[in-house]
Amino acid sequence: MSATMTNQAGVGLQVRGLRKSFNGQEVLKGLDFEVKPGEIFVIMGPSGSGKSVLLKHLIGLEPPDAGEILINGESIQSPEIATKYRLAMVFQSGALLSSLTVGENVGLYLAEHRLKPPEEIARIVAEMLEDVGLKGVEDKMPNELSGGMKKRAAIARALVIEPQLILYDEPTSELDPLSAVVIGEEILKLQRRTHVTSLVVSHDRELAFGVADRIAVINEGRILTIGTPEEVKRFDDPLVQKFLHADLKHDSQQKSL
Amino acid sequence: MFENIGEIVLLFWRTLLSLPVAWRQRQKVFDQFFEIGNASLLMVCVLSFFIGAVIALQTGPVLVERGLASAVGGIVGISLAKELAPVMMAILIAGRIGSAMAAEIGSMRVYQEIDALRTMNINPVHYLVLPRLIAIAIALPMLVVFAILVGWLGGAVVAATNSHIEIPYQAYWSNLRDVVELKDVANGVFKSFCFALIIGVVSCHQGLATIGGPRGIGRSVTKAVVNSIVMIVIFDYVLTRVLLQ
Repeated sequence: MSATMTNQAGVGLQVRGLRKSFNGQEVLKGLDFEVKPGEIFVIMGPSGSGKSVLLKHLIGLEPPDAGEILINGESIQSPEIATKYRLAMVFQSGALLSSLTVGENVGLYLAEHRLKPPEEIARIVAEMLEDVGLKGVEDKMPNELSGGMKKRAAIARALVIEPQLILYDEPTSELDPLSAVVIGEEILKLQRRTHVTSLVVSHDRELAFGVADRIAVINEGRILTIGTPEEVKRFDDPLVQKFLHADLKHDSQQKSL
Repeated sequence: MFENIGEIVLLFWRTLLSLPVAWRQRQKVFDQFFEIGNASLLMVCVLSFFIGAVIALQTGPVLVERGLASAVGGIVGISLAKELAPVMMAILIAGRIGSAMAAEIGSMRVYQEIDALRTMNINPVHYLVLPRLIAIAIALPMLVVFAILVGWLGGAVVAATNSHIEIPYQAYWSNLRDVVELKDVANGVFKSFCFALIIGVVSCHQGLATIGGPRGIGRSVTKAVVNSIVMIVIFDYVLTRVLLQ
């Protein structure tokens, strides 16, 4: 794959005073944080805490009501961003185009922007799919793949862009523990190989503490804490501790407590 | 429906602006064109044959009674060419193809496929709307020409075989040729071109505006078909007035 990669240096991301409301309800309440180039930054939080909305802002799919998002100091809303930096997102569902084969999905960016001839695209697609452990599935349709395979195919599609910033939306949701570990390994492998800046939104604690350089915990549109995994584990806030240690207790255990 | 007219016009304008990239999307245009033709040809054939047949059946006995039997060919010919073929085929295509467009784009919207396109810097208007609009704008007028011819044939068969009419084929076609001019067929084809743009842009807009899950897709499909038909009927009146001048 390295032969196809060029200028892979990750970009820095700054979020300043980000606010967003939907129908009068404030979902993001002034978020401030920074992601360093080449870092794996995980945003954790319970469902409905504003993680996915934040991610949509970070890739430029939603305009903020207030505040700004900067990539290497340039606003994400600037029209040049898309041509200047390569950003990619791995959606929660994979979001593979159901009318295209897996191979066509993975090569879509190159084909639509006419960046390579068809034979070269086919070679790159095969290479990327092999990289994520999906060798030989080019001609399958997305609905023939399992949930984990879809996510890996979506990672392969993102890899084709040779991203400088890659966003993962709940990459391990709906996956069995083994597939979740494989996805976590893919995130780490990719970061080590290409030094891409990775931002992972997840409520999977094992994934977060397994891959993160730094973690932000978000709740009800506010960041509760930011730090290394060890710092977050030690952070003395009841909401953070509750989220980090929430566990199912069997009746008999509860009674004995 | 009317609150969305601004958005629909804007989408149409953005699609027109993207025409320079149409050649790059030619494979998708061809795929959509094939889909529309393949899905609709048999239905168009059956529908138009029986429309022609029923006009002949309704008008034939009345005209025969008044000694105007020879006028059946002209009436079937002109009503199909100028009005019934373009409008009925547009309604058929709105139901068959407009609904499919809204459902496909709507499900892409709901399942974040359109967001995925945007993150790859692929314009959904170029990728999804433009090929569909070009394909339907070519396919519907062609289907209408086909429908006019098959409808005339349906009228001829009924006029010749129904015991209450019994007009020879030759007399039917002769009267049709006398009454129907090329510009009448051209009027119908032009109308169908306008209807095709309406169906395409309304259905794609509904698809792109889909929110919610499967229920949202269902709502979009219904709205795409209903809004297309309402706009077809309104524009039919406007275009007829303009073309009569």
